[in-house]
Amino acid sequence: MVDVTIIGAGVIGCAVARELTKYRLSVCVVEKETDVCEGTSKANSGIVHAGFDCKPGTLKSKMNVKGCAMVRELSKTLDFAYRNNEALVLCFDPAQLDGLRELYDRGTANGVEGLELLTPDQVRNIEPALNDVAGALLAKTSGIVCPFEMTIAFAENAYDNGADFRFDTTVTGISKSGSFYRIETDKGSFESRFVVNAAGVYADVIHNMVCEDKIKITPRRGEYCLLDTEAGNTVKRTIFQLPTKMGKGVLVTPTVHGNLLVGPSAENIDDKEDTATTASGLASVRDRAGLSVSGIPFGKTITTFSGLRAVGDTDDFIITMSAENFIDAAGIESPGLTSAPAIGEYIAGMIAEKAGAERNDAFNGTRKGVVHFVALSREEQNELIKRDPAYGSIVCRCATVTEGEIRDAISRSLGARTLDGVKRRTGAGMGRCQAGFCSPKTMALIAEKYGIPLESVRKN
Amino acid sequence: MREFDLAVIGGGPAGMAAAVAAKKKGLDNIIIFERDAQLGGILNQCIHNGFGLHTFKEELTGPEYAERYADMVRELGIPYETGTMVLNISDDRTVTIMSRERGVEGISAKSVVLAMGCRERPRGALGIAGYRPQGIYTAGTAQRLINIDGVLPGKECVILGSGDIGLIMARRMTLEGAHVAAVFELMPYSNGLNRNIVQCLDDFGIPLLLSHTIIDIKGKENLEGVVVAEVKDGKPIAGTEEYYPCDTLLLSCGLIPENELSRACGVDINPLTNGAVVDDRLQTSIPGVFACGNVLHVHDLVDYVSAEAAKAGESAAEFVRSGQTSGDGTTINLIPKNGVRYTVPNKFSADFPDNELHIRFRVTGIYKNSAIVLKCGGNEIFRKKTMIMIPSEMQDIAVKKDVLAQAREDVEIMIEGEAQ
Repeated sequence: MVDVTIIGAGVIGCAVARELTKYRLSVCVVEKETDVCEGTSKANSGIVHAGFDCKPGTLKSKMNVKGCAMVRELSKTLDFAYRNNEALVLCFDPAQLDGLRELYDRGTANGVEGLELLTPDQVRNIEPALNDVAGALLAKTSGIVCPFEMTIAFAENAYDNGADFRFDTTVTGISKSGSFYRIETDKGSFESRFVVNAAGVYADVIHNMVCEDKIKITPRRGEYCLLDTEAGNTVKRTIFQLPTKMGKGVLVTPTVHGNLLVGPSAENIDDKEDTATTASGLASVRDRAGLSVSGIPFGKTITTFSGLRAVGDTDDFIITMSAENFIDAAGIESPGLTSAPAIGEYIAGMIAEKAGAERNDAFNGTRKGVVHFVALSREEQNELIKRDPAYGSIVCRCATVTEGEIRDAISRSLGARTLDGVKRRTGAGMGRCQAGFCSPKTMALIAEKYGIPLESVRKN
Repeated sequence: MREFDLAVIGGGPAGMAAAVAAKKKGLDNIIIFERDAQLGGILNQCIHNGFGLHTFKEELTGPEYAERYADMVRELGIPYETGTMVLNISDDRTVTIMSRERGVEGISAKSVVLAMGCRERPRGALGIAGYRPQGIYTAGTAQRLINIDGVLPGKECVILGSGDIGLIMARRMTLEGAHVAAVFELMPYSNGLNRNIVQCLDDFGIPLLLSHTIIDIKGKENLEGVVVAEVKDGKPIAGTEEYYPCDTLLLSCGLIPENELSRACGVDINPLTNGAVVDDRLQTSIPGVFACGNVLHVHDLVDYVSAEAAKAGESAAEFVRSGQTSGDGTTINLIPKNGVRYTVPNKFSADFPDNELHIRFRVTGIYKNSAIVLKCGGNEIFRKKTMIMIPSEMQDIAVKKDVLAQAREDVEIMIEGEAQ
């Protein structure tokens, strides 16, 4: 019997778990995949949205604006990559300048600070690579984050504060049994007083196991092109176009790792697992990005990927106690990543109040991430190598990731068990050769740690 | 700070040959930096034969070829440091290296030979649509897994791209018990050597499907299959799609010179080769920094790498001895024209020191019964008849000094004949 079971170890589930460990509650996170951050959280734009385009008064607007400030602070205490690079929303047609004004007003109503309407000249001055615009909205609080690192940081810190994580475990049924829920999984069943549904694109399936009023989550596929770091300086800010009904449109942004990210497309699909890219989707991304910046060097694409946003049917996040002690965090589409810490705090508060839980005095909210060797000074690097020679050996040459970092990523709390797990924790394999060089070496380190044959080490 | 006359970046075939040649030219204070645990570079995983026919007049395996040069390095007493990664080269030839034993260290070199080799084009750069499951490897990664680590990546395999490593791996996978259904090549001709098509595909009944490419990858967790289509003018032809079930996809779709260090150092890069711009001495745009082997341009045979690298090593030795950065003569550019994709070198000094200049290049299509022609100011100064030239084979012509000495302006190099 646990106090709270969270279904889904994406950014929302992990943020909720971390916030819950601030209380004297036992917390269990159930995840069908092998690692945290395996669904929507791993394949998105990695933007910390300022919060100007959510309708005032919605949960989205509240969580977004609050989350934006929280991510910035948490990046320091939880040691994950974040950069306050600002954002621009471009308007190309003088007839649509009202749309920019509307965004500005909406943002102001939402309490977003640092918004400014810019003239074409001002835009050209700060972002010379952009095509000619009629005007733009500047959002100074907008930033970029590594979505993997952030999710992993939440998860590790939750784990270090006592949360239990059960991977490779799929929830198959939930039934109410007196004052608690019985949670059936493919690895056996257990009981829980509270259930938090943070199942991403599967949140409708989980919700509908428990609640009478059914919901539907539509996977909205977004395809992206990731370009080499050589193209990383094309723009400094995150470049949006005026939003449409299908979302914020195709953006062009640097990433915290120095790459250039272009995307996403937006296509509603039925299959909750269909993260395949398509020739037409990628072509549309390239075409539409060309409106903002012509001459993006797509020849420097190092990978393409797609992710599924979990789109609900209410036009807002569904964050509520949908049944007795069953809390939904459903329909968490954009700006879900930004909102995650605020949603975590909100849901944890809801549960703590209902449970009458006391604060956990032993909670330690600080976490140290995997060191990024390449970012250290020469003195720090030599200090580290002296202490542990594994830091003197480069495994991933593209991103300059050392054996020491990979060993740390594998052996730390909730350590990596796959090549993708190592990649998301260290950046090894994320560079231009896309793991061609480092895979066998990383595989050997994983095999050594877990005592398994090399051929059993998986990519994902 | 440790000081050297010559720092060679990379202990593969190019680096070793450069160091050996520099030593034989009288340079003493040489160091080779190699990131792997031993010398040899990529040859260590190339356990097939066919190496050394030109250099040693015998047929060696990759490790044997590497060992010949490693033996020369040791016999000549050339120091080398393995497990050592070069992190940076500055334009004043300060080289920042890192190893477990020494940490991060700056060393100073009077000359530098860039010999970092090349890497494979990954799946992401090819833009193939579909999932990103387990089971997709570049051919070289699969080669390493099988030949060094003893791991067979899968049982049912297809290969995209007919570069030599792809062809070699078709045979290797087959010998190790996997079934290779086919090799697909986007172009209407193979990018591999003819002998490899015969010995690695034909001998094993593996079909090579030219003008075919993969348009979709199926399987979310594990690779389940690929959709292949025929291609015309670079575009898939609707209605020609065919599904190949497989658990392994190997990619042999091109090699890219690994010039991160060169770029950071400020070396001018030729966009046609992704390698450095060099003169007849194989000197880059930075005085005292030379380049050779696959980091300069991708070669087909290691024997040519060794020959080219020897030139770079000799040039480095000469540079250290004389301090001269270039010849006294006018610099003449070599301009690739009809049928010639690029040349190495890109330019030469009219009074280059040797009796002849080797011009290495690749053709842009298949040329039968054609001629390689050099022109200067509209006048033909050199002609060589050729039976057949194909893009997968590097061409190497030696042009006599007295021929090039006539040149007063840019020399154009072209193929006379029709591409097939």
